[in-house]
Amino acid sequence: MTTRKIQSACAVFLLVAAIYSCDSLIPEAPAESDLLDGPTEGLSTSEQSRFLKGDIAFNDEVFTPESGLGPVFVANSCGSCHAGDGKGHPFTTLTRFGQTQPNTAPDVSIGGPQLQNRAIPGFKPETLPSGVPSMDFTPPAVTGLGFLEALTDQQILDNADPNDSDSDGISGVPNYINPPSYFIPKPFHQPVGGQYIGRFGKKAAAVDLLHQTVGAYNQDMGVTSTFNPIDPHTGLSTDPEVSDQTIRDVVFYLQTLKAPIQRDADDPEVIRGKQVFVSINCSSCHVPSFTTPQSDIDALSNKTIFPYSDLLLHDMGPGLDDGATEGSAETFEWRTPPLWGLGLAPESQGGEFFLMHDGRAKSIQEAIELHGGEAQQSRDDFVGLSDADKQALLKFLRSL
Amino acid sequence: MKKLIITLFIGLLSQQLIAQVDQSLLKDDRSDSLENAMNMDALSNRVYATSSSPVSIGGYLEVDYKYIGEDGLTDGHTFRIPRVTLFITSSISSRIKFMSEFEFEEGGEEIAIEFAAMDVNFHPFLNLRGGVVVNPIGAFNQNHDGPKWEFVDRPIAMTQMLPATWSNVGFGLYGKMYKQDWAFGYEAYLTNGFDNSIVTNTENRSFLPASKDNKERFEESSNGEPLFTGKIAIRNQNIGELGLSYMGGIYNTHEDDGLILDEPRRLDVFAVDFNTELPFSDTYIVGEWAWVFVDVPNTFTQQYGEKQSGGFLDIVQPLVDKPMFGFEDAVFNMSLRLESVDWNVGTFNETGGNIGDEIWAFVPGISFRPTYQTVFRLNYRYQEQTDILGNAPAKTSGIEIGFATYF
Repeated sequence: MTTRKIQSACAVFLLVAAIYSCDSLIPEAPAESDLLDGPTEGLSTSEQSRFLKGDIAFNDEVFTPESGLGPVFVANSCGSCHAGDGKGHPFTTLTRFGQTQPNTAPDVSIGGPQLQNRAIPGFKPETLPSGVPSMDFTPPAVTGLGFLEALTDQQILDNADPNDSDSDGISGVPNYINPPSYFIPKPFHQPVGGQYIGRFGKKAAAVDLLHQTVGAYNQDMGVTSTFNPIDPHTGLSTDPEVSDQTIRDVVFYLQTLKAPIQRDADDPEVIRGKQVFVSINCSSCHVPSFTTPQSDIDALSNKTIFPYSDLLLHDMGPGLDDGATEGSAETFEWRTPPLWGLGLAPESQGGEFFLMHDGRAKSIQEAIELHGGEAQQSRDDFVGLSDADKQALLKFLRSL
Repeated sequence: MKKLIITLFIGLLSQQLIAQVDQSLLKDDRSDSLENAMNMDALSNRVYATSSSPVSIGGYLEVDYKYIGEDGLTDGHTFRIPRVTLFITSSISSRIKFMSEFEFEEGGEEIAIEFAAMDVNFHPFLNLRGGVVVNPIGAFNQNHDGPKWEFVDRPIAMTQMLPATWSNVGFGLYGKMYKQDWAFGYEAYLTNGFDNSIVTNTENRSFLPASKDNKERFEESSNGEPLFTGKIAIRNQNIGELGLSYMGGIYNTHEDDGLILDEPRRLDVFAVDFNTELPFSDTYIVGEWAWVFVDVPNTFTQQYGEKQSGGFLDIVQPLVDKPMFGFEDAVFNMSLRLESVDWNVGTFNETGGNIGDEIWAFVPGISFRPTYQTVFRLNYRYQEQTDILGNAPAKTSGIEIGFATYF
């Protein structure tokens, strides 16, 4: 065999070997339980196609002044606030103000109800009026929301105890909200005086995911739609800057994002931590599980989920009273945030914890110790735990 | 019969063309030998398929195959033709030249005049260039021809931070002088500049290449303010070449029709580039690093950074330099590229924490050059990219195989 033939054979071998070894060159995928994004199991192919469209609109679409951003805004894309669909960073914390009493309309004469603290070049952003109480909201994780939306009002009301009839010190109440004009009630909704139970947001001020999504486009990005054509800068109607279809695709995406998966659920310390969690009554508000009813989306139907939330408002004490509110919530009342995905929060918050409604807690322990009001006893019980029990509880929470 | 007529027609036309040619123009009148060539000569020292007439035509082709994945997901096998480029050069007189480069990217989806300029030589140290000029920021922007590089991909910093290939309409001067082993060159141009899109774009970061989408920049300036680009470079035959360059000016449309829309905002870019060949091993080393400073309104989102930096370092080691596969001048190389970009240098106003939006890559490879003009390349790419919050990086890796050739 000539040298030239040997060289040619070697070159061809090298090329073929490189191509056939392709798969081994690709980085391994993270474990499914380490990711917050991804579709819930059981979507049909057409539903997966809709999910993909929503995924692109949510995570990839960036608004510019030319495509409708602002002129005043908080963030320029959904993904800016919800990186990897997880909890957000103080970089995109938003501020709400204007309502200081429950069941009163926000005083829009002073601006708001949300502060648009950024502006496109050439424009001035909004500033918080001096002396006005306000609430800072760090963006929440958006996974598993479809399961929470699928729950019936009755399932939420089953955990409500407005008069603390069981005398456990916990008295969850729903936040009744005036729904937007485009809200279409479902058979499971139970209105009271034309108001509906809010489920989403720090104060549970959004009735469903369409309400939440339209509000975010409008108030967070200054992007108008046929659902809400009012430009937050001028207060006047303008041409829609995002299509109905895009909004519905994003809503479908949020509805069908998978629920966070617990990690190390079989670890004995995690199991013991869960027992401690229940024993100090954290589970009275952070209700571990629900089973969804039949839903419009088959993949969400009849599933047992573990959100660790009752979606109700609770008095959290004066330390967490910001003096501002939404809907029928008192200023010191906050919706129980779901704890699922809690352990993955640093994965989307730049490697750190920014917990509680405004990100003030830099660790799970600090977050627990900031609880007051109805949670004061559980908080005190936590502080009094042995180190071993405390560590077990924290490990359990990190596993969620 | 049809073929015969066409052949006769082409033959007669050729005779007519040759008869009209001033034979003195057929000489290669480049004042530099290749040994003296600097980065600034990249556009005029190209390879042409035809060079025996006043009009020379050439170009290059790049084709590649990729199998790249990110965090366990891949789009599979992808074949691409990232660009086909045509060069047309004409010697109008012995000291006046027209040079051009037309690029067809991604199968013709984008067709661009990258370079179309007239050069007038008054003196080796004083040449006038006007037209669509390639701004001399860094080295890669001018020296970007695919067949010159041992890597399938262009450097990220030079194409996704700096906007290579960045060209614009304008005029300027350039020149070179020599003394023994030393050469010194300069370039200085005023051209149309950038626009608002560098801070209001869908890339969600300050992104100079966004202005390339504005085709109107060849018709009118976005703000009536010229962009200055200047470079000085020094070369020693035995050591290598070092270049320092700057590009800057007002980038935004701050006034229109007499109305004040915003305050004037500056863009300033600094770059340093070098290349050398180690005499004891023939190792070729080339690198470039750049810093971008953008005046972003402080009331805009920090998603768009005020400062960026990035660059690359290529090391190419010839392993076999002898006839191979029947090619007399064949060379087989081993190569390595290290590259990095930080699109948003700074800290968050809210937390004081570092802003992410960074990438680094490690690209070992091998290349085979059957001739100087043609290169076959096989690269492995590994890169990590963090989002603006600095979350755990997305890991990307895979193989890239391709070839590039002048024609």
